[in-house]
Amino acid sequence: MPRTNPVKTDLSSADSPEQPRPQVSAGTNSTPSGDDTLARAQAGDHHAFAQLYSIHKRRIYSLCLRMVGNAAEAEDLTQEAFLQLHRKIATFRGDSAFSTWLHRLAINVVLMHLRKKGLPLMSLDEAMEPTHDDGPGRSFGAPDLSLSGSIDRLALERAVADLPAGYRLIFVLHDVEGYEHNEIAGMLDCSIGNSKSQLHKARLKLRDALRTSLQKEGQR
Amino acid sequence: MTGDPKNLSCEEFQSQLADLIGSGEDVTQHPHLLTCSNCRALLADLQTIADAAKQLIPVEPPQEDLWERIELAIKRDEGTTEPD
Repeated sequence: MPRTNPVKTDLSSADSPEQPRPQVSAGTNSTPSGDDTLARAQAGDHHAFAQLYSIHKRRIYSLCLRMVGNAAEAEDLTQEAFLQLHRKIATFRGDSAFSTWLHRLAINVVLMHLRKKGLPLMSLDEAMEPTHDDGPGRSFGAPDLSLSGSIDRLALERAVADLPAGYRLIFVLHDVEGYEHNEIAGMLDCSIGNSKSQLHKARLKLRDALRTSLQKEGQR
Repeated sequence: MTGDPKNLSCEEFQSQLADLIGSGEDVTQHPHLLTCSNCRALLADLQTIADAAKQLIPVEPPQEDLWERIELAIKRDEGTTEPD
């Protein structure tokens, strides 16, 4: 559909305090049976812990995969996240939903891993600053191919996986996982301005990649 | 750079876009967009990407044997692995 209407933007809506985090809401402790499983796992019941793994493995693996863009690394990080969970589960006090707590634990595992690998999380902006030649998505010419209001999910997944690590991290945390810039700034030890700037550049890069993908499809 | 937002070039507008979006104000009402279909299309694409990201669901599950690896790691962690 051609985009002739004014564009309704809520690009920064994840910053609104009232905005529910889209994918971190369903706590295992939100049902009586979930409460029971969690309590048993906290008491050292191995089968209950296995059940928690079964419930949360897909989300945690997806988070790791999207953050690092590599399946083998994502599996190792999922393993480390559940190992950490096993060590710390008794300390969970229910101040937030269990899934939210686990999610944050997994993010910390991934960030620790990336820091060990030497990714400069504290200076993303400088490290990732594109040159004028290859900067993402400036669009000064005549309107050309647009994304027409919809994006193929697989194309987006591929484009996210292909983003440079720093851009991918910010995009996944903000746009996919729903964290706010102040939370991301805290996690990555960067400024809120850096987080906003990196997110914008990530979206521009994704736009470039998706438009290129559309152009290739059109040429077939 | 001009002081009048209406007279911004596309380059000037786009260089401010991250701040404009990050400020939480309604960017669609920016005077530059009233006359620039190119920048309207850019903003629409960015919105489409942000919306699509919210719809991304967890991907495929990890390999079946990952739980076995985790169990082993837990046992090792607890120091309960049986000696060979």
